[in-house]
Amino acid sequence: MTDLVYLYDGSFAGFLCCIFESYAQREIPTGIYPEEDFLPTLFPTRAISTDQNHALRVYKKVTKCSPYAAELLRRGFLTCLPQKEEAMYRLVEKLLREGPLFLRNRSDETLYPVAKAVRHLEGEAHLLKGFTRFSDLGGVLGGEIAPKNRVLPLLARHFSARYLNETFFLYDRTHHEALFYAAGKAVIRPLEDFQMAPPDEAEARYRLLWKRFYDTVAIKERYNPRCRMTNMPKRYWGLMTEFQDADYFMARNSPAALSAPGAPGGIPAPGIPPGSGPTAPGSTL
Amino acid sequence: MDVLEKLAILTDAAKYDAACTSSGGNRAAKKGYVGNTSSSVAGCCHTFSADGRCVTLLKVLFTNRCVYDCKYCVNRRSNETRRAAFTPEELADLTIQFYRRNYIEGLFLSSGVFRSPDYTTELMIQSLRLLRERYRFNGYIHAKAIPGTSPELVEQLGFLADRLSVNIELPSEAGLKTLAPDKTKGAILAPMRQIQLRNRQSREELVKYRHAPKFAPAGQSTQLIVGATADSDFHILRLTQGLYDRYRLKRVFYSAYVPVVKHALLPAKDVKPPLLREHRLYQADWLLRFYGFRAEELLDESAPDFDPRLDPKCCWALQHLDYFPIEVNRADYEALLRVPGVGMVSAKRILTARRAGPLHIDQLPKLGVVMKRAQYFLTASGKIADGLRFTPDSLLRRLIAAEAPVLPQPAMEQLSLFDTAG
Repeated sequence: MTDLVYLYDGSFAGFLCCIFESYAQREIPTGIYPEEDFLPTLFPTRAISTDQNHALRVYKKVTKCSPYAAELLRRGFLTCLPQKEEAMYRLVEKLLREGPLFLRNRSDETLYPVAKAVRHLEGEAHLLKGFTRFSDLGGVLGGEIAPKNRVLPLLARHFSARYLNETFFLYDRTHHEALFYAAGKAVIRPLEDFQMAPPDEAEARYRLLWKRFYDTVAIKERYNPRCRMTNMPKRYWGLMTEFQDADYFMARNSPAALSAPGAPGGIPAPGIPPGSGPTAPGSTL
Repeated sequence: MDVLEKLAILTDAAKYDAACTSSGGNRAAKKGYVGNTSSSVAGCCHTFSADGRCVTLLKVLFTNRCVYDCKYCVNRRSNETRRAAFTPEELADLTIQFYRRNYIEGLFLSSGVFRSPDYTTELMIQSLRLLRERYRFNGYIHAKAIPGTSPELVEQLGFLADRLSVNIELPSEAGLKTLAPDKTKGAILAPMRQIQLRNRQSREELVKYRHAPKFAPAGQSTQLIVGATADSDFHILRLTQGLYDRYRLKRVFYSAYVPVVKHALLPAKDVKPPLLREHRLYQADWLLRFYGFRAEELLDESAPDFDPRLDPKCCWALQHLDYFPIEVNRADYEALLRVPGVGMVSAKRILTARRAGPLHIDQLPKLGVVMKRAQYFLTASGKIADGLRFTPDSLLRRLIAAEAPVLPQPAMEQLSLFDTAG
């Protein structure tokens, strides 16, 4: 058998078509990559065109074998697992060969990497339900995140329900896409770059109030920075209101600062640690 | 006084309350209202403060003016501190605006006792009503019921809040008498019982009428201060167990006493808060609620306090070596939960995984079992980990050694080359 690399268009349907192609041609690809991420190698490549019907057939077959496996595919595709396509290909291959029993055993060597990556995704989405910060930009709420996994599809339901009567967007810096919500409809669209506008007076005021609350609420005698870091890793701090420096709390029309953001008697939150959080190229903090 | 200053004062006054959870609510979003509580089935932390505690609610006092003189409290009447009070509008605006920016999951409203418990509760009801009805806030609210409040007011408070709590603070009647002369055990337990009964009644009504109003749907909690009085861990844990059994509390919180005031009856001001003891109590609390343990199994009169070096489950296991080893391929859920290093998630994973085939010891870490503790207490297909040898004596030492790196270290001392070794 010759080594062969499949290239697909980067969509979930495209990935499913790679599985279809592999079964149709009775061959096992050595690698499956999205076209744009692929660095030329010596292996021969084949571009797999996306056919919704083929994708649907694969998805239906997997769902029929095990709804849980279908969920692993959907979610697994959003994870940051290196070579996730191959891991998921092996999962489908084993599922079709052996049946779904092995999916019960989380320590199974085919299942474990995918299950672990999906748990990482879900964990990150759960944390970001809390750590995401919005700003009021003239009635529209806007927020930014920089997650490792593509959490927007998981966050969409949560924030759409919570801000049912608002209009908001949430920009994912890492994957250059944004969730837009207005009048009961949520969509996720690619967005190359985005810069948050400086706050107006009211927004700056609430930011400052929150920072003051945050700095005051800690009990000095219990100061425990390691515990804080365990619960809230530093890579999230870069985009959270309470860790920003003085500029962030200044309204765009008033050059003078309202007052120092920290609480006089509290524990001021440290500024943004240098190089924290995966900052997307082309955007500055 | 502007809102910024008030917020600082009233946050500072509220922060010693340990309870900060937003769990147990499940209210969907409504058109025209702000927010929901359905993300909080398992709770949601919005940030962690510098002391490592989760911040999920805007935790403030309505006012820190207080007619009581509880010796342990920063807000007691005889303490010289700045006093402030929110107006209902200020509080509602803060809550809504913080909530919209996703800073918080909701509001935690407590208060000093201003004039009388009834008067204070009326003020709280007034602001919560404004927040719920005019500002149409549909998110989470945790409200304090002040001991000594009349039942009619507690009733009204319960229909506005998701969770209510009555703080016991001092774990014994004697402690209350000396340190909180204005409070009595009876006055604390009465609203607790009322909340429990009313909550149950509301659940029954809900079965009959879909739109029956919900009374404190996320239940009630309480807080105990640890280390202000001489009460033993056993006493505290038995009290906790009684509260879970008889009052159906959702949570009991423990707050390591932080010496904020100097008083002859209290620990000196330079005493460090007993954080490790608080941690052990929380571990034991989880064992009571989720692992099927009873207080009497973990401690007794002859050993009334937890060993700071080891967690309560390890201590229990060491005293019941005849119960082990557990065979992971056959043991039931309850037996698996008794193994140190096995939690609820890993126990459930073991149960499903073994239906696909017999488990081996090297698969267990992937199921989430913490082997540094569990390896001494279980077998898989009749085998223990390769090369593992131990006696009951060495077992204790090894478990302590495994735990030591995560415990607070005694301050390092610089060694000197020139000191004569003494």
